Amino acid sequence: MARALINLPKTAKAGDVIEIKTLISHPMETGFRPGPDGRILPRNIITEFLCRFEGEEIFRAELFPAASANPYLTFTTTATRSGTFQFTWRGDGGFDQTETATVTVA
Amino acid sequence: MIRSAVLVLAGLILAAEPAFPGGIAPSDKRSGLAEMGPELQAMQRDDTAHPGMLWVQDGADLWARAPTGGAPACSGCHGEARASMRGVAARYPAWDARNGRPIDLQDRINLCRRTHQHVEPLAYESADLLGLTAFVATQSRGMPIAPPEDPRLAPARREGRALFEARMGQLGLSCAICHDDHWGRHLGAAAIPQGHPTGYPLYRLEWQGMGSLQRRLRNCMSGMRAEPYPFGAPDYIALELYLAERAAPLPVETPALRP
Ligand code: HEC
Ligand code: HEC
Repeated sequence: MARALINLPKTAKAGDVIEIKTLISHPMETGFRPGPDGRILPRNIITEFLCRFEGEEIFRAELFPAASANPYLTFTTTATRSGTFQFTWRGDGGFDQTETATVTVA
Repeated sequence: MIRSAVLVLAGLILAAEPAFPGGIAPSDKRSGLAEMGPELQAMQRDDTAHPGMLWVQDGADLWARAPTGGAPACSGCHGEARASMRGVAARYPAWDARNGRPIDLQDRINLCRRTHQHVEPLAYESADLLGLTAFVATQSRGMPIAPPEDPRLAPARREGRALFEARMGQLGLSCAICHDDHWGRHLGAAAIPQGHPTGYPLYRLEWQGMGSLQRRLRNCMSGMRAEPYPFGAPDYIALELYLAERAAPLPVETPALRP
Protein backbone atom coordinates (compact mmCIF):
# COMPACT_ATOMS: atom_id res chain seq x y z
CA MET A 1 0.00 0.00 0.00
CA ALA A 2 1.22 3.42 -0.88
CA ARG A 3 1.55 5.96 1.91
CA ALA A 4 -1.21 8.58 1.70
CA LEU A 5 -1.61 11.72 3.77
CA ILE A 6 -5.03 13.32 4.02
CA ASN A 7 -5.69 16.57 5.72
CA LEU A 8 -9.02 18.20 6.45
CA PRO A 9 -10.62 19.87 9.47
CA LYS A 10 -12.00 17.35 11.99
CA THR A 11 -14.95 19.61 12.71
CA ALA A 12 -16.80 22.29 10.76
CA LYS A 13 -19.99 24.33 10.92
CA ALA A 14 -22.76 23.62 8.40
CA GLY A 15 -22.15 25.79 5.34
CA ASP A 16 -18.38 26.15 5.96
CA VAL A 17 -16.16 25.76 2.92
CA ILE A 18 -13.50 23.25 3.97
CA GLU A 19 -10.19 22.57 2.28
CA ILE A 20 -9.14 18.99 1.67
CA LYS A 21 -5.49 18.18 0.94
CA THR A 22 -4.23 14.82 -0.27
CA LEU A 23 -0.77 13.52 -0.94
CA ILE A 24 0.11 10.00 -2.04
CA SER A 25 3.42 8.31 -2.58
CA HIS A 26 3.71 7.21 -6.20
CA PRO A 27 6.59 7.31 -8.76
CA MET A 28 4.43 8.67 -11.63
CA GLU A 29 6.82 7.09 -14.13
CA THR A 30 6.03 8.81 -17.43
CA GLY A 31 6.72 5.95 -19.84
CA PHE A 32 9.14 8.15 -21.78
CA ARG A 33 12.26 7.91 -19.62
CA PRO A 34 15.08 5.43 -20.16
CA GLY A 35 16.07 3.36 -17.12
CA PRO A 36 19.64 2.61 -16.00
CA ASP A 37 19.98 -0.02 -18.76
CA GLY A 38 18.91 2.42 -21.49
CA ARG A 39 15.52 0.79 -22.02
CA ILE A 40 12.35 2.85 -21.70
CA LEU A 41 10.74 2.31 -18.30
CA PRO A 42 7.11 1.23 -18.61
CA ARG A 43 4.55 3.89 -17.81
CA ASN A 44 3.34 3.69 -14.22
CA ILE A 45 1.11 6.57 -13.25
CA ILE A 46 -2.04 7.28 -11.32
CA THR A 47 -4.70 8.04 -13.93
CA GLU A 48 -7.68 8.87 -11.79
CA PHE A 49 -8.51 10.34 -8.41
CA LEU A 50 -11.94 10.65 -6.92
CA CYS A 51 -13.47 11.75 -3.68
CA ARG A 52 -16.87 10.67 -2.42
CA PHE A 53 -18.80 11.96 0.58
CA GLU A 54 -21.19 9.39 2.03
CA GLY A 55 -21.10 7.55 -1.31
CA GLU A 56 -21.75 10.60 -3.48
CA GLU A 57 -18.99 11.77 -5.81
CA ILE A 58 -17.89 15.33 -5.00
CA PHE A 59 -14.56 15.65 -6.81
CA ARG A 60 -12.79 13.85 -9.64
CA ALA A 61 -9.48 14.43 -11.41
CA GLU A 62 -7.68 12.75 -14.29
CA LEU A 63 -3.91 12.59 -14.12
CA PHE A 64 -1.43 12.43 -17.00
CA PRO A 65 2.24 11.53 -17.42
CA ALA A 66 3.35 15.14 -16.87
CA ALA A 67 2.26 15.09 -13.22
CA SER A 68 5.14 15.01 -10.74
CA ALA A 69 5.87 12.07 -8.45
CA ASN A 70 3.90 11.86 -5.19
CA PRO A 71 0.96 13.87 -6.50
CA TYR A 72 -0.58 16.48 -4.26
CA LEU A 73 -4.24 17.33 -4.88
CA THR A 74 -6.21 19.90 -2.99
CA PHE A 75 -9.83 21.00 -3.39
CA THR A 76 -12.67 22.47 -1.38
CA THR A 77 -16.19 21.38 -0.54
CA THR A 78 -19.04 22.78 1.49
CA ALA A 79 -19.67 20.98 4.77
CA THR A 80 -23.33 20.02 5.06
CA ARG A 81 -23.48 17.20 7.61
CA SER A 82 -21.24 14.82 9.51
CA GLY A 83 -19.95 11.89 7.52
CA THR A 84 -17.12 10.05 5.82
CA PHE A 85 -15.04 11.04 2.83
CA GLN A 86 -13.66 8.27 0.67
CA PHE A 87 -10.59 8.99 -1.44
CA THR A 88 -9.67 6.65 -4.29
CA TRP A 89 -6.60 6.67 -6.49
CA ARG A 90 -6.47 4.34 -9.51
CA GLY A 91 -3.79 3.84 -12.10
CA ASP A 92 -1.51 1.66 -14.18
CA GLY A 93 -0.69 -1.88 -13.10
CA GLY A 94 -4.00 -2.24 -11.28
CA PHE A 95 -3.14 0.49 -8.77
CA ASP A 96 -6.24 1.00 -6.67
CA GLN A 97 -6.19 2.49 -3.21
CA THR A 98 -8.90 3.92 -1.02
CA GLU A 99 -8.54 5.89 2.21
CA THR A 100 -11.20 7.47 4.41
CA ALA A 101 -11.50 10.45 6.72
CA THR A 102 -14.42 11.83 8.68
CA VAL A 103 -15.75 15.26 9.47
CA THR A 104 -18.11 16.23 12.26
CA VAL A 105 -20.48 19.04 11.35
CA ALA A 106 -22.09 20.83 14.25
CA MET B 1 24.11 24.07 -23.31
CA ILE B 2 27.10 22.24 -21.84
CA ARG B 3 29.49 24.68 -23.45
CA SER B 4 27.70 27.69 -22.01
CA ALA B 5 27.74 26.06 -18.57
CA VAL B 6 31.48 25.61 -18.87
CA LEU B 7 31.87 29.26 -19.89
CA VAL B 8 29.84 30.37 -16.88
CA LEU B 9 32.06 28.21 -14.69
CA ALA B 10 35.20 29.62 -16.29
CA GLY B 11 33.86 33.08 -15.48
CA LEU B 12 33.43 32.01 -11.88
CA ILE B 13 37.00 30.82 -11.65
CA LEU B 14 38.37 34.11 -12.99
CA ALA B 15 36.14 36.15 -10.74
CA ALA B 16 37.06 34.12 -7.65
CA GLU B 17 37.85 36.58 -4.94
CA PRO B 18 36.46 35.73 -1.52
CA ALA B 19 33.64 37.93 -0.25
CA PHE B 20 34.76 37.24 3.32
CA PRO B 21 38.10 35.69 4.23
CA GLY B 22 37.67 32.02 5.08
CA GLY B 23 33.97 31.94 4.27
CA ILE B 24 30.75 33.75 5.06
CA ALA B 25 30.26 36.60 7.55
CA PRO B 26 28.12 35.31 10.47
CA SER B 27 25.53 38.03 9.86
CA ASP B 28 25.16 36.86 6.22
CA LYS B 29 24.72 33.19 7.05
CA ARG B 30 21.48 31.78 5.68
CA SER B 31 19.87 28.50 4.71
CA GLY B 32 19.12 27.47 1.13
CA LEU B 33 15.48 27.97 2.14
CA ALA B 34 16.08 31.73 1.81
CA GLU B 35 17.22 31.23 -1.80
CA MET B 36 13.87 29.76 -2.88
CA GLY B 37 10.75 31.52 -4.15
CA PRO B 38 7.71 32.03 -1.88
CA GLU B 39 5.77 29.04 -3.33
CA LEU B 40 8.51 26.54 -2.52
CA GLN B 41 9.08 28.08 0.90
CA ALA B 42 5.37 27.69 1.62
CA MET B 43 5.47 24.07 0.43
CA GLN B 44 8.36 23.29 2.80
CA ARG B 45 6.52 24.92 5.71
CA ASP B 46 3.21 23.13 5.14
CA ASP B 47 3.47 19.55 6.41
CA THR B 48 0.22 18.68 4.64
CA ALA B 49 1.61 19.70 1.22
CA HIS B 50 5.21 18.55 1.72
CA PRO B 51 5.92 15.24 -0.04
CA GLY B 52 8.90 14.65 2.30
CA MET B 53 6.34 13.96 5.04
CA LEU B 54 5.48 10.69 3.25
CA TRP B 55 8.99 9.46 4.12
CA VAL B 56 8.83 10.85 7.65
CA GLN B 57 5.59 8.92 8.24
CA ASP B 58 7.17 5.75 6.88
CA GLY B 59 10.08 6.38 9.27
CA ALA B 60 7.67 6.73 12.18
CA ASP B 61 6.23 3.29 11.37
CA LEU B 62 9.68 1.72 11.08
CA TRP B 63 10.68 3.26 14.42
CA ALA B 64 7.93 1.27 16.14
CA ARG B 65 8.25 -1.98 14.13
CA ALA B 66 10.33 -4.82 15.64
CA PRO B 67 12.69 -6.49 13.15
CA THR B 68 12.37 -10.21 12.49
CA GLY B 69 14.59 -12.20 14.84
CA GLY B 70 13.22 -11.08 18.21
CA ALA B 71 15.27 -7.90 18.81
CA PRO B 72 13.34 -4.86 20.03
CA ALA B 73 12.12 -2.05 17.76
CA CYS B 74 13.90 1.29 17.89
CA SER B 75 11.12 2.43 20.20
CA GLY B 76 11.72 -0.61 22.44
CA CYS B 77 15.02 0.91 23.56
CA HIS B 78 14.59 4.60 22.81
CA GLY B 79 10.88 5.07 23.64
CA GLU B 80 9.13 8.14 22.27
CA ALA B 81 11.33 9.66 19.58
CA ARG B 82 9.88 13.09 20.34
CA ALA B 83 11.72 13.01 23.67
CA SER B 84 14.69 10.69 23.12
CA MET B 85 15.72 11.90 19.65
CA ARG B 86 15.17 15.59 20.24
CA GLY B 87 18.37 17.47 19.44
CA VAL B 88 20.25 14.38 18.27
CA ALA B 89 20.46 15.31 14.57
CA ALA B 90 21.65 18.80 15.52
CA ARG B 91 24.91 17.37 16.85
CA TYR B 92 25.73 14.83 14.14
CA PRO B 93 28.20 13.76 12.72
CA ALA B 94 29.50 12.61 16.12
CA TRP B 95 32.23 10.34 17.45
CA ASP B 96 31.55 6.61 17.53
CA ALA B 97 33.67 5.36 20.41
CA ARG B 98 33.01 1.71 19.61
CA ASN B 99 34.66 1.92 16.20
CA GLY B 100 36.89 4.92 16.88
CA ARG B 101 35.68 7.10 14.02
CA PRO B 102 33.22 9.89 13.25
CA ILE B 103 29.82 8.82 11.90
CA ASP B 104 26.79 10.62 10.55
CA LEU B 105 23.19 10.04 11.58
CA GLN B 106 22.37 7.43 8.94
CA ASP B 107 25.47 5.42 9.89
CA ARG B 108 24.46 5.73 13.57
CA ILE B 109 21.06 4.25 12.73
CA ASN B 110 22.65 1.39 10.81
CA LEU B 111 24.99 0.80 13.72
CA CYS B 112 21.97 0.33 15.99
CA ARG B 113 20.57 -2.12 13.49
CA ARG B 114 23.76 -4.13 13.47
CA THR B 115 24.85 -4.03 17.12
CA HIS B 116 21.50 -3.72 18.90
CA GLN B 117 19.01 -5.33 16.54
CA HIS B 118 21.35 -7.90 14.92
CA VAL B 119 20.00 -7.25 11.41
CA GLU B 120 21.63 -6.11 8.19
CA PRO B 121 22.27 -2.40 7.72
CA LEU B 122 19.83 -0.62 5.40
CA ALA B 123 21.21 0.31 1.97
CA TYR B 124 22.26 3.91 1.35
CA GLU B 125 19.46 5.92 -0.30
CA SER B 126 16.93 3.14 0.37
CA ALA B 127 13.47 4.41 1.24
CA ASP B 128 13.77 2.79 4.70
CA LEU B 129 17.07 4.44 5.62
CA LEU B 130 15.94 7.83 4.30
CA GLY B 131 12.63 7.48 6.14
CA LEU B 132 14.17 6.52 9.50
CA THR B 133 16.87 9.18 9.24
CA ALA B 134 14.33 11.83 8.27
CA PHE B 135 12.04 10.77 11.12
CA VAL B 136 14.86 10.98 13.67
CA ALA B 137 16.14 14.30 12.28
CA THR B 138 12.67 15.84 12.20
CA GLN B 139 12.63 15.59 16.01
CA SER B 140 15.29 18.35 15.98
CA ARG B 141 13.39 20.66 13.67
CA GLY B 142 13.97 24.29 14.61
CA MET B 143 16.89 23.55 16.94
CA PRO B 144 20.23 25.20 16.15
CA ILE B 145 22.90 23.01 14.58
CA ALA B 146 25.33 22.44 17.45
CA PRO B 147 28.42 20.42 16.47
CA PRO B 148 30.04 18.63 19.42
CA GLU B 149 33.29 20.11 20.68
CA ASP B 150 34.75 16.60 21.04
CA PRO B 151 38.47 17.01 20.21
CA ARG B 152 38.49 13.56 18.57
CA LEU B 153 36.43 15.06 15.74
CA ALA B 154 38.92 17.86 15.04
CA PRO B 155 41.22 16.05 12.59
CA ALA B 156 38.34 14.87 10.36
CA ARG B 157 36.73 18.32 10.51
CA ARG B 158 40.03 19.91 9.42
CA GLU B 159 40.24 17.39 6.61
CA GLY B 160 36.69 18.31 5.59
CA ARG B 161 37.60 21.95 5.40
CA ALA B 162 40.67 21.14 3.28
CA LEU B 163 38.46 19.12 0.91
CA PHE B 164 35.96 21.98 0.76
CA GLU B 165 38.66 24.42 -0.25
CA ALA B 166 40.61 22.14 -2.60
CA ARG B 167 40.17 22.36 -6.33
CA MET B 168 38.96 19.05 -7.75
CA GLY B 169 37.64 17.65 -11.00
CA GLN B 170 38.21 18.59 -14.60
CA LEU B 171 36.90 22.14 -14.18
CA GLY B 172 39.37 22.97 -11.43
CA LEU B 173 36.62 24.18 -9.08
CA SER B 174 36.40 23.93 -5.30
CA CYS B 175 33.26 23.82 -3.19
CA ALA B 176 34.39 27.13 -1.68
CA ILE B 177 34.49 28.92 -5.04
CA CYS B 178 30.77 28.42 -5.41
CA HIS B 179 29.52 28.33 -1.82
CA ASP B 180 31.85 30.80 -0.04
CA ASP B 181 32.66 33.21 -2.83
CA HIS B 182 29.66 33.18 -5.18
CA TRP B 183 26.58 32.35 -3.14
CA GLY B 184 23.58 34.43 -4.10
CA ARG B 185 24.64 34.46 -7.77
CA HIS B 186 23.18 32.23 -10.45
CA LEU B 187 24.53 29.27 -12.33
CA GLY B 188 22.24 29.04 -15.31
CA ALA B 189 18.78 28.97 -13.76
CA ALA B 190 19.91 27.71 -10.33
CA ALA B 191 20.67 30.12 -7.50
CA ILE B 192 23.93 29.19 -5.79
CA PRO B 193 23.11 28.70 -2.10
CA GLN B 194 25.66 28.95 0.68
CA GLY B 195 25.56 25.16 0.77
CA HIS B 196 24.37 24.47 4.31
CA PRO B 197 23.32 20.93 5.28
CA THR B 198 20.35 22.14 7.32
CA GLY B 199 17.56 20.00 5.90
CA TYR B 200 18.75 16.48 5.10
CA PRO B 201 17.41 14.04 4.21
CA LEU B 202 15.30 16.34 2.03
CA TYR B 203 12.82 16.23 -0.82
CA ARG B 204 14.21 17.61 -4.03
CA LEU B 205 11.81 18.36 -6.87
CA GLU B 206 14.50 17.55 -9.43
CA TRP B 207 14.94 14.11 -7.85
CA GLN B 208 11.18 13.64 -7.52
CA GLY B 209 12.05 12.09 -4.23
CA MET B 210 13.99 12.11 -0.99
CA GLY B 211 17.78 12.07 -0.83
CA SER B 212 20.59 12.21 1.69
CA LEU B 213 23.27 14.86 2.10
CA GLN B 214 25.71 12.46 0.44
CA ARG B 215 23.48 12.31 -2.61
CA ARG B 216 23.52 16.12 -2.72
CA LEU B 217 27.33 16.17 -2.43
CA ARG B 218 27.61 13.62 -5.23
CA ASN B 219 25.50 15.94 -7.42
CA CYS B 220 27.83 18.86 -6.72
CA MET B 221 30.89 16.70 -7.40
CA SER B 222 29.53 15.51 -10.76
CA GLY B 223 28.84 19.16 -11.59
CA MET B 224 32.51 19.84 -10.90
CA ARG B 225 33.38 16.88 -13.15
CA ALA B 226 35.01 15.19 -10.18
CA GLU B 227 34.60 11.49 -9.43
CA PRO B 228 32.12 11.24 -6.52
CA TYR B 229 33.27 9.13 -3.54
CA PRO B 230 31.31 5.94 -2.91
CA PHE B 231 28.40 6.25 -0.45
CA GLY B 232 29.61 6.01 3.15
CA ALA B 233 33.18 7.11 2.33
CA PRO B 234 35.07 8.84 5.20
CA ASP B 235 35.59 11.85 2.88
CA TYR B 236 31.85 12.55 3.02
CA ILE B 237 31.82 12.33 6.81
CA ALA B 238 34.76 14.78 6.91
CA LEU B 239 32.89 17.18 4.60
CA GLU B 240 29.69 16.76 6.63
CA LEU B 241 31.60 17.62 9.83
CA TYR B 242 32.98 20.80 8.31
CA LEU B 243 29.63 21.72 6.74
CA ALA B 244 27.90 21.36 10.12
CA GLU B 245 30.45 23.63 11.82
CA ARG B 246 30.18 26.11 8.97
CA ALA B 247 26.36 26.11 9.17
CA ALA B 248 25.97 26.42 12.97
CA PRO B 249 23.85 27.89 14.49
CA LEU B 250 21.32 27.77 11.64
CA PRO B 251 18.28 25.68 12.61
CA VAL B 252 17.67 22.07 11.51
CA GLU B 253 14.96 22.05 8.82
CA THR B 254 14.53 18.34 8.12
CA PRO B 255 12.70 17.44 5.97
CA ALA B 256 13.58 20.45 3.81
CA LEU B 257 12.38 20.92 0.25
CA ARG B 258 14.61 22.11 -2.58
CA PRO B 259 14.08 22.79 -6.32
C1 HEC C 1 18.61 -2.86 22.00
C2 HEC C 1 18.49 -1.43 22.21
C3 HEC C 1 18.52 -0.53 20.98
C4 HEC C 1 17.76 -0.63 19.84
C5 HEC C 1 16.77 -1.68 19.46
C6 HEC C 1 18.10 0.54 19.06
N1 HEC C 1 19.03 1.30 19.68
FE1 HEC C 1 19.69 3.11 19.08
N2 HEC C 1 20.96 3.15 20.66
C7 HEC C 1 21.06 2.20 21.66
C8 HEC C 1 22.16 2.53 22.54
C9 HEC C 1 22.62 1.72 23.76
C10 HEC C 1 22.72 3.74 22.06
C11 HEC C 1 23.93 4.50 22.62
C12 HEC C 1 25.14 4.23 21.76
C13 HEC C 1 25.58 2.77 21.79
O1 HEC C 1 25.93 2.30 22.84
O2 HEC C 1 25.50 2.14 20.73
C14 HEC C 1 21.93 4.11 20.88
C15 HEC C 1 22.12 5.26 20.15
C16 HEC C 1 21.30 5.69 19.12
C17 HEC C 1 21.38 6.99 18.48
C18 HEC C 1 22.35 8.09 18.81
C19 HEC C 1 21.81 8.90 19.96
C20 HEC C 1 22.74 10.00 20.39
O3 HEC C 1 22.35 10.69 21.35
O4 HEC C 1 23.81 10.18 19.81
C21 HEC C 1 20.42 7.01 17.51
C22 HEC C 1 20.11 8.16 16.55
C23 HEC C 1 19.74 5.74 17.55
N3 HEC C 1 20.29 4.97 18.54
C24 HEC C 1 18.71 5.39 16.69
C25 HEC C 1 18.15 4.11 16.66
C26 HEC C 1 17.23 3.67 15.66
C27 HEC C 1 16.70 4.53 14.50
C28 HEC C 1 16.91 2.39 15.96
C29 HEC C 1 16.02 1.43 15.17
C30 HEC C 1 16.48 1.14 13.82
C31 HEC C 1 17.63 2.03 17.17
N4 HEC C 1 18.39 3.10 17.56
C32 HEC C 1 17.52 0.81 17.81
C33 HEC C 1 20.24 1.12 21.80
C34 HEC C 1 19.32 0.68 20.86
C1 HEC D 1 29.68 25.17 -9.69
C2 HEC D 1 29.20 25.59 -8.41
C3 HEC D 1 29.16 24.56 -7.29
C4 HEC D 1 30.20 23.83 -6.77
C5 HEC D 1 31.65 23.85 -7.21
C6 HEC D 1 29.66 23.07 -5.67
N1 HEC D 1 28.33 23.30 -5.54
FE1 HEC D 1 27.16 22.71 -4.03
N2 HEC D 1 25.54 23.55 -4.92
C7 HEC D 1 25.58 24.31 -6.07
C8 HEC D 1 24.22 24.68 -6.46
C9 HEC D 1 23.81 25.50 -7.68
C10 HEC D 1 23.37 24.11 -5.47
C11 HEC D 1 21.84 24.21 -5.39
C12 HEC D 1 21.20 23.26 -6.34
C13 HEC D 1 19.71 23.35 -6.31
O1 HEC D 1 19.14 23.21 -5.23
O2 HEC D 1 19.14 23.56 -7.34
C14 HEC D 1 24.25 23.44 -4.51
C15 HEC D 1 23.80 22.80 -3.35
C16 HEC D 1 24.64 22.37 -2.34
C17 HEC D 1 24.19 21.96 -1.02
C18 HEC D 1 22.75 21.89 -0.56
C19 HEC D 1 22.28 23.15 0.10
C20 HEC D 1 20.85 23.04 0.58
O3 HEC D 1 20.27 24.08 0.86
O4 HEC D 1 20.30 21.94 0.67
C21 HEC D 1 25.31 21.58 -0.32
C22 HEC D 1 25.35 21.06 1.10
C23 HEC D 1 26.45 21.74 -1.21
N3 HEC D 1 25.99 22.24 -2.42
C24 HEC D 1 27.76 21.42 -0.88
C25 HEC D 1 28.80 21.40 -1.82
C26 HEC D 1 30.09 20.83 -1.56
C27 HEC D 1 30.52 20.15 -0.28
C28 HEC D 1 30.82 21.01 -2.71
C29 HEC D 1 32.22 20.50 -3.01
C30 HEC D 1 32.37 19.05 -3.00
C31 HEC D 1 29.98 21.75 -3.65
N4 HEC D 1 28.77 21.93 -3.08
C32 HEC D 1 30.41 22.22 -4.88
C33 HEC D 1 26.71 24.69 -6.77
C34 HEC D 1 27.97 24.21 -6.52
